Amino acid sequence: MSEATFTLDGKTIPFREGQTIMQAAMAAAAYIPRLCYHPGLKPHGSCKLCTVKVNGRHTASCTYQAQPGLAVESDTEELNGERRSLLQMLFVEGNHFCPSCEASGNCQLQATAYELKMMTPHYDHFFPDRPVDASHPEYLLDFNRCILCSLCVRASRDVDGKNVFALAERGIKTRLIVNAESGLLADTNFSADDMAAHVCPVGVILRKRTGFSVPIGQRTYDINPISALPQPKAGES
Amino acid sequence: MVSDADLHVNDAPSRSDPDAAIFGAASLDPILARHNHDANNLLQILREIQEQHGYIPPDAVDRLITSLKIPRVKIEGMAAFYSFLHLQPHGEYRVLFSDNITDRMLGSAALMEQMCRELWVEPGKVSEDGLVSVGTTSCTGMCDQGPALLVNNIAVTNLTAQRVGTLCELIRNRVPLSRWPAELFTVTNHIRRKDILLGSELAPGSALAALLARGAAQTLDEIKISKLRGRGGAGFSTATKWETCRAALGEQHYVVCNADEGEPGTFKDRMLLASCADTVIEGMTLCARIIGAQKGFIYLRGEYRYLLEHLQRVLQRRREHKLLGRGILGHPDFDFDIDIHVGAGAYICGEESALIESLEGKRGTPRNRPPFPVTHGYLNQPTVVNNVETFAAASLIALHGGAWYAGIGTGTSSGTKLLSVSGDCAHPGIYEYPFGVTVAQVLADCGAKNTQAVQVSGPSGVCLAENEFGRRIAFEDIPTAGAFMVFDRSRDMFEVARNFVHFFAHESCGFCTPCRVGTPLLRNMMDKLARGRGSPYDFAEIEKLNLLLQSMSHCGLGHSACNPVLDTIAKFRPAYDQRLLHKDYVPAFDLDYALSQARRMTGRDDTGAHLGEAE
Amino acid sequence: MATAPGPKLKVATVSLAGCFGCHMSLLDIDERLFDLVELVEFDRSPLTDIKHCGPCDIGYIEGGVCNAENVQVLREFRANCRTLISVGACAINGGLPAQRNHLPLSAVLDEIYQSGPCIATGCTIPNDPELPLLLNKVHPIHEVVKVDYFIPGCPPSADAIWKALNDIIAGREPNLGHGLIHYD
Repeated sequence: MSEATFTLDGKTIPFREGQTIMQAAMAAAAYIPRLCYHPGLKPHGSCKLCTVKVNGRHTASCTYQAQPGLAVESDTEELNGERRSLLQMLFVEGNHFCPSCEASGNCQLQATAYELKMMTPHYDHFFPDRPVDASHPEYLLDFNRCILCSLCVRASRDVDGKNVFALAERGIKTRLIVNAESGLLADTNFSADDMAAHVCPVGVILRKRTGFSVPIGQRTYDINPISALPQPKAGES
Repeated sequence: MVSDADLHVNDAPSRSDPDAAIFGAASLDPILARHNHDANNLLQILREIQEQHGYIPPDAVDRLITSLKIPRVKIEGMAAFYSFLHLQPHGEYRVLFSDNITDRMLGSAALMEQMCRELWVEPGKVSEDGLVSVGTTSCTGMCDQGPALLVNNIAVTNLTAQRVGTLCELIRNRVPLSRWPAELFTVTNHIRRKDILLGSELAPGSALAALLARGAAQTLDEIKISKLRGRGGAGFSTATKWETCRAALGEQHYVVCNADEGEPGTFKDRMLLASCADTVIEGMTLCARIIGAQKGFIYLRGEYRYLLEHLQRVLQRRREHKLLGRGILGHPDFDFDIDIHVGAGAYICGEESALIESLEGKRGTPRNRPPFPVTHGYLNQPTVVNNVETFAAASLIALHGGAWYAGIGTGTSSGTKLLSVSGDCAHPGIYEYPFGVTVAQVLADCGAKNTQAVQVSGPSGVCLAENEFGRRIAFEDIPTAGAFMVFDRSRDMFEVARNFVHFFAHESCGFCTPCRVGTPLLRNMMDKLARGRGSPYDFAEIEKLNLLLQSMSHCGLGHSACNPVLDTIAKFRPAYDQRLLHKDYVPAFDLDYALSQARRMTGRDDTGAHLGEAE
Repeated sequence: MATAPGPKLKVATVSLAGCFGCHMSLLDIDERLFDLVELVEFDRSPLTDIKHCGPCDIGYIEGGVCNAENVQVLREFRANCRTLISVGACAINGGLPAQRNHLPLSAVLDEIYQSGPCIATGCTIPNDPELPLLLNKVHPIHEVVKVDYFIPGCPPSADAIWKALNDIIAGREPNLGHGLIHYD
């Protein structure tokens, strides 16, 4: 029996029943930009970077179930332009100063912006006042770079069973909070073994004393663009 | 035709005792017991704690963590999502002026200034003695009797300078709300035009009796024949929704009445719940019979908190009359009861899946769909969510039959629609019309003169210019959830759109990138134009951003956040053009003002210490 | 790089609130500088020491806008340059100087001139009219004037600058592929 397929930018993509467009595309090594999707976690659909067009309608590919015969558009000028605008929004929403960030070169936000050729954040910056939490002996939290993808929230809640992180407030004031009366990571049961310690796509959750150990030129996305890298598996960041 | 059914409410909860610093078990235990120690009821628990104490004290948070076995971040994440909940003291008296454009047109800004002046408090802040805070909130649904405000979540309407003075005195003298003159809390239901719904005196139980006589499946057929469509605005077929839910497998089925009437300019559900609660509840009950539900919820918006006791009395009376509870009308297999959940200041909870999240004691974030609530709703069980007015209409159909109902209105929009008319007109209030009525007819009936524009269905709806007043209120022409805001020629349509853009930015849930960041960007761009700093560049940016919101957002809020601007640009372009004062790009911020701190610190005022506009 | 068909393009360069790193990176194009000077001549620039920029084809701006003088210079560039290029992290998002943006300016000035640990007693915030006053916040240049092109990097590599300049001189949108587009 031939397996069910849909097309992504004209390329035939096989899928299993129950897979989303994103899951099938990743299995077929076809790149769709994404920031809040992780194969080991339930799809969330919040960053909207993975938006594709199905039958002319915009939809998040990480939550849309694949169906036989769908014609999915992804790598088009229109969609990439819209994605670039979303990236620009994420850059002006927080404080993303790449030269001083330990995640630079390994950051999915940055690498996706390279991929989509974002030359400028374009919009006026919000320059929010956000804290840094250095309380934990092994990990540092720099909220300036948080893009509110909820990967750590979901990993901690759904996989680690800990609820170390959550989102508070709403709208542009939405922020990541930590499960302690003090609000400090040191006062939680967060551990380096948690999945939540390894899923941050940007430079918020950082392991201490390991920063800048890989020289510029040899970091993850120095070597290959994000679109060319093998698709991450569950449990890997 | 005009009838005023006054509803006099004096159920305002008393304010908190400022000396009761410790939140003892005595006050928390009854609340927890009332909500079965169930974390799904977290929003209700937090709301009641807040009502008792004016905020949610730290020791209450600690106790909830152990009693409900939930993490602290869940409580903190919830409390900071809903704008009426506070984890820090926010004043013994928390005053929120309704900030809809209709309140503004009636002078709310000056009244708020007056109150801040008289009480020596900065807008949005708590007074130094902790007595009072004064701020703004999204439309409180009192547009026919604005300007309005909420004090400790209870509505005070028809504000004047004199009434504000009275309020200030009561607050200064720390008079408990329960001892405020009852007249202050009067909410009037201006019913201006009655038709089949408002004109019928439906005896409680009569529609249920008709249902039982006819049978559930046959009653569903009548709903189908009636061609009833949802009154929340989208117009989905009610029979299809109920039929799908009825067929869906689940341990329990649920009926939810969406009374989170948050669309600015809408207040017809407020009137229905105040004046026709039985008809609404009867509609829910017959839905329950049809889909096989034993449990229902009314999700009442926090701004309508004053209706809670009234609704509870109606529910209790219906239980006593065997119209609710176990064995309804003597049928041993007909059990159905209703809980009321009160919202806490989040427009997004009017979106049905966000409403369900909120019912489950979570942040009101719209879910990914499919699956839809009809199959996976409350607690992942099949759930019908319908608007207040839809349930009321269903009662009429059960009683009078589907064919009768389908004969009213237009071919594709059967029955009648309640319109909440406000703004520049002589007779604001509720108007019930058969579908198909023209905008011009409504304008004539409400005594509108020199009308420039009508915003139908609120900020997320459509803005109509004079050449469109011949269009009809109907799903096939102008669908609406009920708001009908009138603007005469003295109004600045740019300011109308800017008010709506501020509303969307304030109410964005923050889940998806385009809405979370895009709505405040749009707000800032509109504010830039308002400050006289606009250029054609900004205009183009506004248009681009609107299109992005439309295509990339997660839910209807983001999709429709662009509507007011795109509509007013298309129809009232001069209101924008006159704000594009600059040929070339100028910064959004005032450069000279940006030097003010440095001037102050250095004491300089020479020419080099200032920046003019670029040539 | 193609040879210039007509008269040389006039280029002005300046570092606002920057570190001159993006100028150093321009010099790092090394022997390609010979090709460049065949195509362009420099107006105001640290390379020429000309103090004010006249009518130019291209303005090359590094650094963000942190004080009144930055604003005046930026406006002079915008008024005189047909094409304005924002070069490097500071010009594009405020960069290192913008790290003060979450602090009130008063706290910054107080710490630096009055209450910091290494400040002698009696020191005050300088008020010499010769000194440009600081803005409340540091802004990227595109928040103050219209900018035509952007070359990101801290600094952009010589290869990225060379590629982008070639594209712009040829009338194309700069197109930096993998390895050339960098924010650090």
